[in-house]
Amino acid sequence: MNRSLTVVRTGPLALLQDSGRIGHAADGVGRSGAADRASYALANELVGNSAGATAIECVLGGLVVRAESDLVVAMTGAPAAADIDGESVEHATRMRLAKGQSLRLRAPRCGLRTYLAVAGGFDAPVVLGSSSADTLSKLGPPPIAKGDELPIANCDGPPIGQAGPSTVAGRPATVSGEPITSLRVRLGPRDDWFADPANLAVGEWRVSPHSNRVGVRLDRPVDPGAAEPALDRTITHEMPSEGLPLGAIQVPPSGQPVIFLADHPLTGGYPVIAVVLDDDIDRAAQVRPGQLLRFLLTP
Amino acid sequence: MTTRLLPAGDRAVLLHSGDLATTMAVAAHLRQARISEIEDLIPASETVLVRLAAGVDIVELGDRILTVATSATVEADDEGGGHPLVIPVRYDGPDLADVSSATGLSIQEIIQAHTGTPWRAAFVGFAPGFAYLAGGDRRLTVPRRAESRSSVPAGSVGLAGEFSAVYPRQSPGGWQVIGFTQQVLWDIDAEPPAAIQPGSWVQFVDVDAAEQRTAAAGGRATEAAPTDPRTSEA
Repeated sequence: MNRSLTVVRTGPLALLQDSGRIGHAADGVGRSGAADRASYALANELVGNSAGATAIECVLGGLVVRAESDLVVAMTGAPAAADIDGESVEHATRMRLAKGQSLRLRAPRCGLRTYLAVAGGFDAPVVLGSSSADTLSKLGPPPIAKGDELPIANCDGPPIGQAGPSTVAGRPATVSGEPITSLRVRLGPRDDWFADPANLAVGEWRVSPHSNRVGVRLDRPVDPGAAEPALDRTITHEMPSEGLPLGAIQVPPSGQPVIFLADHPLTGGYPVIAVVLDDDIDRAAQVRPGQLLRFLLTP
Repeated sequence: MTTRLLPAGDRAVLLHSGDLATTMAVAAHLRQARISEIEDLIPASETVLVRLAAGVDIVELGDRILTVATSATVEADDEGGGHPLVIPVRYDGPDLADVSSATGLSIQEIIQAHTGTPWRAAFVGFAPGFAYLAGGDRRLTVPRRAESRSSVPAGSVGLAGEFSAVYPRQSPGGWQVIGFTQQVLWDIDAEPPAAIQPGSWVQFVDVDAAEQRTAAAGGRATEAAPTDPRTSEA
């Protein structure tokens, strides 16, 4: 039997993502993959998929899909209020989506990216070992569009109710309703290019609307009268490009930092003042434009 | 130069060597060392970023990586000393005249300099499969174009700084384009997809000269004989 989902509508952006392309740095290709890795993994776990199955990552909800066969689905990440044919459904819970039923996601009340996994996983073409859409390198499937019919891989998994816990409680969430998100960072490799690198952790930064899967762009006033200190450079000559880790906080000449996310370029030509700890990157992927963010220095 | 270890979060370390030859030797040495906890290497012109698997002891592993890196010497770097990848080029690029005035070389001398010695991929960046080829004729050192092009065709052979490169896919770009190749350097169905990998050797050959030789000999074009980079003059 052909199993599939039809896309009735999308929000601002919906992409197919998996755990990404590993080991292709020598080809000049970054990892890509789900931006909030923990939420993506949890969605697959809830529907009984093996790690690495392809799921949908959608920005600010707005997605409406119709099942063309009986399916088992789960949503994680940014908690978007959702319903199946008008009946409200729980976040981070495994549920049945029967043939002909529609699942509708509204805009989440906090967080940015919601993950939708379906038992079996979406069956998408694999490029360099992954079916992730890399928005920077233009590899992988194009954004999901209205009218798309998304095939689902066949699964021999257990029926609903027998695939482990149907919901998850007590697991640290990557999305919280707190007004200010705190991210732990470690200074370096180029903190010595700045007059006072600890200024990164003084006060708050605002998330710019120009943020995307490449990076979270931050801004705050940098004029001399501003309440919060600027990141002034002591070394002002041009820096030869160098490799960027995930979570690198790069400071371009504007003084407004960028936190690099899943689709970041492999190298960059501006100094990296600090790097977000691996455990905090998923939360960095969930900050919304306009929201405030704070950095905590760790040794 | 001495290679230093700089912090880069809890999943990577940055090795700073400060010059291209040492950096290439460090990257080659680390590739050969096959340290299982290393997930990826991202070499650049003066540094190598070493990305590490989750859950490793970054202090202990950083020490091991630095030990391997500092034992790398430019002289001992003999990685990939086999046959270079031969890339036939038609030298009729739009920036030949500018390169000629910047270098003081005639067009024929530019071609001879570009094909005279093998190049080696120092690192890959900018775009998938875009390899920065180093170690060529120093007389070919030129600045980037004053204005970047919005579209450079796949197969364009360019110069910028001390580097040469072939655009593997169509993209914007500011390198001085001196010629074109038909050779496919990016193929997502190939393994690896990028024909030029960091550390690879490349030998450019002049298609026109090869055809003239063939015409003179009255026979079929023959494959250009690969030069052994270790024995050819550098």
